[in-house]
Amino acid sequence: MSALPSLFDLSRVPPVDQVGIEERAAGLARRSIKKEAKRAGILLAMSMLDLTTLEGKDSEGKVRQLCRKAIRPLPGDPTVPHVAAICVYPNFVAIAKDALAGSGVKVASVATGFPAGQVPLPVKLDDTRRAVSAGADEIDMVIDRGAFLSGEYDRVTDEILAVKEACGAAHLKVILETGELETYDNVRRASDLAMAAGADFIKTSTGKVTPAATPPVVLVMLEAIRDHYLATGRRVGMKPAGGIKTSKQALHLLVLVKETLGDAWLTPDLFRIGASTLANDLLMQLAKESTGRYQNEDYFTKD
Amino acid sequence: MATEIDERAERKTATSRSEAERPRIEFGTAWEYSPAPEAADIVSIEKRETLFINGRFVPARSGRVFETINPATEEVLSEVAEGGAADIDAAVRAAEEAHRKRWSKLKPAERGKYLYRIARLMQEKSRELAVLETINGGKPIKESRDVDVPLAIAHFFYHAGWADKLEYAFPRHRVSSIGVCGQIIPWNFPLLMAAWKIAPALAAGNTVVLKPAETTPLTSLALARICQEADLPPGVVNIVPGAGETGAQLVNHPRVRKVAFTGSTEVGKLIQRAIAGTGKRLSLELGGKAANIVFEDAAIDQAVEGIVNGIYFNQGHVCCAGSRLLVQESVAERVIQKLKLRIETLRVGDPMDKNTDVGAINSRMQLDKIRELVACGVEEGALLHQSSCALPAKGFFFPPTFFSEVAQSHRIAREEIFGPVLAVMTFRTPDEAVEKANNIPYGLSAGVWTDKGSKIFQITSKMRAGVVWANTFNKFDPASPFGGYKESGFGREGGMHGLRAYVELS
Amino acid sequence: MTAKGGRSGNGSRTTRGSETAAGLRGQPDRESSDQRERDGRGTPRSTASEIGGLGIRKTYKLYVGGEFIRTESGRADAVESPRGALLANISRGSRKDLREAVRKARAAQPGWAARSAYNKGQILYRMAEMLEGRVDGFEKLLRDGRGLTPAAARREVRASIDRLVHYAGWSDKFTALLGTVNPVASSYFDFSVPEAMGVVGIVAPDAPDLLGLVTHLAPVLVAGNTAVVLVSEKHPLASLELAEVFATSDLPAAVVNLISGRREELVPHLARHMDVQAISDAGGDRALSKLLAEDAAVNVKRVRRYELRDYQSDEAQGLDFIEAFVEIKTTWHPIGV
Repeated sequence: MSALPSLFDLSRVPPVDQVGIEERAAGLARRSIKKEAKRAGILLAMSMLDLTTLEGKDSEGKVRQLCRKAIRPLPGDPTVPHVAAICVYPNFVAIAKDALAGSGVKVASVATGFPAGQVPLPVKLDDTRRAVSAGADEIDMVIDRGAFLSGEYDRVTDEILAVKEACGAAHLKVILETGELETYDNVRRASDLAMAAGADFIKTSTGKVTPAATPPVVLVMLEAIRDHYLATGRRVGMKPAGGIKTSKQALHLLVLVKETLGDAWLTPDLFRIGASTLANDLLMQLAKESTGRYQNEDYFTKD
Repeated sequence: MATEIDERAERKTATSRSEAERPRIEFGTAWEYSPAPEAADIVSIEKRETLFINGRFVPARSGRVFETINPATEEVLSEVAEGGAADIDAAVRAAEEAHRKRWSKLKPAERGKYLYRIARLMQEKSRELAVLETINGGKPIKESRDVDVPLAIAHFFYHAGWADKLEYAFPRHRVSSIGVCGQIIPWNFPLLMAAWKIAPALAAGNTVVLKPAETTPLTSLALARICQEADLPPGVVNIVPGAGETGAQLVNHPRVRKVAFTGSTEVGKLIQRAIAGTGKRLSLELGGKAANIVFEDAAIDQAVEGIVNGIYFNQGHVCCAGSRLLVQESVAERVIQKLKLRIETLRVGDPMDKNTDVGAINSRMQLDKIRELVACGVEEGALLHQSSCALPAKGFFFPPTFFSEVAQSHRIAREEIFGPVLAVMTFRTPDEAVEKANNIPYGLSAGVWTDKGSKIFQITSKMRAGVVWANTFNKFDPASPFGGYKESGFGREGGMHGLRAYVELS
Repeated sequence: MTAKGGRSGNGSRTTRGSETAAGLRGQPDRESSDQRERDGRGTPRSTASEIGGLGIRKTYKLYVGGEFIRTESGRADAVESPRGALLANISRGSRKDLREAVRKARAAQPGWAARSAYNKGQILYRMAEMLEGRVDGFEKLLRDGRGLTPAAARREVRASIDRLVHYAGWSDKFTALLGTVNPVASSYFDFSVPEAMGVVGIVAPDAPDLLGLVTHLAPVLVAGNTAVVLVSEKHPLASLELAEVFATSDLPAAVVNLISGRREELVPHLARHMDVQAISDAGGDRALSKLLAEDAAVNVKRVRRYELRDYQSDEAQGLDFIEAFVEIKTTWHPIGV
C-alpha cells in the first residue's frame, strides 16, 4: 500500500560485508590529525554539533543554560563558532527558540514518539506538527524499527513520507536506531529507504541504545548517501549521534566524511554530530593545541 | 558543411553540459590534513654497512661496496658491502659448521627459545624497524608499522612454537633438518620476506645464508644485529647483501642443501635449471598477475576497497597483487565510477608521513618499467584513469592508475607490472570469469567477490591459484600457507605446509 | 629388449582392449600347458598341428585418450625376452603421440578432478578388481618379459593389486590429512586444501615394470591428476597390457595415457611440454633425470625424482606419494554477518 512503491527498491540495495567495512573504518581511524588540521577539525566539529539534551529531568532552566552554551561555547573566545543546533524534546522547542533568537543556532526537536516510536501514526504526526508549530527548524524522527525488522518496508516508508509532509519547511532527520538494526545490511537498507522517502538527513541513533554511532555504521550510511547522490543528484545530510564524547571520535568522523563524501559535506548543512558532552572535550583539546598543556574539565563550564 | 560542424559543436556542448550536471564528488581542501611525519631520528644508519657472517659484521673480501638509497628522496643512506664468491663461501661454511656443531644438536625447544627471543627483540625495536623499512624501501610508514613489521614478528613467534613440535606436523616420519639454506629475497617486503625465510628454516634446525635485495639491505642487517643481540650462535644466520651475481653464487654453492627464492619468474626458472640434478631442495615464490573477480551481487563498496588494497597496497609491488580486475558487465560502470572516486582519496607522497597511502616506487629501474608498460597500455588502446594527485618533485613516484577497456591480449593484462597499475576487464558469466582469470601462466593468488556463499566455493575451487581471497584481498598470516600454482612457483610459506620446505623426512 | 627399429605395424586393427585380451585372461590349466610347450629360449613351439591353428601374436599399441592407437610415426619395436625370443611388437611412440596424449589428458583433467572422492576410490578399486581377474596373464608377461620366477611374478602382481587397493582407500582421506584450518589472527575463516596439480608426466621405472607403474600412477590419479606415462622402456608389455585393465575399469578416457618408446627421445618433450604441470621421475637414469629437471624449468614444473629400493615394501606407498602431486590452495573468507 505504499504511496510511491518505486521509491525504495530493495533489490537495488547492495550488501555490506561486515569485516570489510570494519577494516575500512579502522583504517581511516589511523589517520593522523595533527596541529592545524586538528585545530581546524575541532572548530569544524563544533560548528556541526547538535548540542543535545534528551532526558526526563530536562527543564526550562537546563534548556536555557544549554542554549547559552550553544551560542557561545567558549565564553570570551569568539573564534570558537556557535554550534549548529540545539536538540530537545518538543516541550522545550518554544523555550529554545526564544533563547536562541537571532543567534543562528537552529532548534531541532525529536518527535514521533521518541525514542521508541511505538505510538500510533496520528500521534507521531501530531507530535511533529506541534514541534514545528512551536518553531522547530529540524525534526529528528525515529523509524518504526519493529516494522522495519519485520520486513514491513512500505509501512516504514509511508510513515516517513507522512512525517515529512507534516514537517512542512522543517528539515527532517530520520533516526534509524542502528543499534537495534544490528547488521550493516539493515543499516544500509534503512538508509536507502529513508533517503528514498525524502529524508533530509539520516541519523544513526537516539542515544538511548548502544551501540550507537560506531564508525563502521557511520561509514555505511555515508556510502549510502554518496550512492544516493550519484544516482539522483540530491545531497542528503548525515548525523551520527550517541556515544560521541571525545574530540578524537569527532575528528575520526570528519575523516570518514572527508574521504567518503568530500568537501561538499564538510559543512553543518550536511553533517551534524549529535552529542551532549562532546563540546567540552573539543574545547579542552583546542586549549591543549594552543597551550600545549593537557586540560582539566573544571576549567570549562558544563552547561 | 558548416551546418555539420555546428551540429557537431552542438553535440559536444550538450555532452559537456550533461557532464557538468552529473553529480560530482570533490575531494578538495575544505579540511586538509597537516603533515604528520614519523620521526626518523629513531634510526641511525651506519655510513658503511657490512656483511654478517659467522656472527660478526665484516667487510666484503673484495672490498666492494654499493650504495643504498632512499627512493623517496634519492639520498644515499649508506654504502653496503657487496658479497662476492669468497664471502658466500665463508658464509656457507660458517652456516654448515654452525649446523653441524650447534644448531642441529640443540634441543628443539631451545631452538624455539632463540626464535622467541628474536621475536621479542623485534617487538622492542618495531618502530625503528618500521622507519628503516620505509626509508630504505619507500613503502608508506603506516604499512611498515601496521603490516610488515608486525607480521615479521608474528612469523618468528609462530615458528618458534613449531621447533619442538615438528613430529606432530609429520606423523609417521622422523624429522630432521636439511642443512644450509640459501635464501634470496626481494625488495618489496624486505624484513617480512627475511622473516618468512629465516623463521621456518631455523625452527626446523637449519642454518641460513640470506641475500637481501640489492636495493633494500638495511632491515635484513638490522635483523642480523638482533640475532647478535639474541646471542644466536654464530653462523646460524648469515646475511650477505649483493646483487644477482651474489645470489647466483649462493644458489650454486655446493654446500647449500636447500635454496629458497622469492622473486621474478624469470630468475626462478634460471635457479630451477641451475640446481637441476644437484639434489638441492628448492622452493620458489615467483611472479603473479592475479585476477580479482567482482560479481554483480558483491558488496560493491567493500569490493572496491579490496580492489584498491589489492593493487595499490605497497605501490603494487606485491607478487600477489590483484593486478587484473574482472568485473561483471552489469556492475562494471558502477565499479569503475567508484574506483575513480576512490583513487582520488589515496594520498600519494612522503612515505614517512603517517597519512600516506601510496609511497615511493622502489627504484628508478622499477619506475621506468612501470612507465613503459603504462605507455604501452595507452598505445594498445586501453583507457587510462589516473589519480590527479600531485607527485613530489624528488624521488620515484607514480600515481595510482587503472586502465579500463582492456583486452585480455594487452600487455598490461598479461605482464606483471609490479606497480600501482590495474587492468580492468569485464565478463558476463561465471564461466567466462573463471576462464579469463585462469588464462595466464601465473597462479599465485586470486580474489572473488560475491555475496552468495555457494558461488564462493564454486569459483574459489576453480581458481588455479595458491591463495584465494574471497571477499577480501592481500591478507597474510604466519599460520596461513602462501605460495603459487603454475609459473608462480612451488612450495608454501607459512602454516604447517610451509614447514615441509625445511625438513628432511625419513 | 632389443629394439628392432623401423618396423611398421603389422596391419592389426585398432581394437578396444577388451577384445584383444583373450590370450591373457586367467586360464590356469592352459597356462601350465603353455609352459610345458616352451622351448629353452622361451619361444612357443608351433602348436598349430596339435590344437589346429597358428598362435596369434599381439601387437601392443599406445593407450591414448582411452583408445588403443598405433603410433602416428608408424614405427614399431620388437620386444624380446631376456633370452632373446620375440615376445611382441610395440609401438615406438613419438613426440606427436606424446603431444596428443597431453592434449587429451589436459581435457580430461578437470572432469576427473571433479569426480567425487568416493567415485575416484571406487574406480581405483575397480582397477584392482580387473587386475585381479587377469593375474595369470600378467604373471606370464612378467615371467616372459623379465624372466621372473613364477613366485616373483606372482608377488609383483599381488603387490600391484594391493597398491591399487591401498590408494583406492586414500581417495576420501588424504584431503583431511593434507588440509588444514589455519587460525589466523583476524576475523577470517582460513583453510588450506590439496588440489590436483593437473597433467602429470610419469617416467616409470624399467623394473619392476608393472608394480613400478602402479606405484607411481595410483597416487597421481587419486589426487585428481591425469597422467601421461612413459612406460618401462625395457619391459613395456605388462604396462601396455595394463591399459586393458584401465579401459575396462570405468576410468574415464584420457585420465591415464600410456606411451611406449625410447625415453631418451620422449623425456625432453615431456619435460619441456608447457601443458604438463609436474613429473614423477622414476626412470632411474641420473643423466636423463638431470636433463629432465633442467628442461622442466620452462614452466616451473614440479619434479619429484624417485629412487625406490624396494617397490614391494610399505615404504613405497602412502600419503607422501600423494602429497607430492597436489597443490595446496589456501582460501580466506571474512567471518561476519
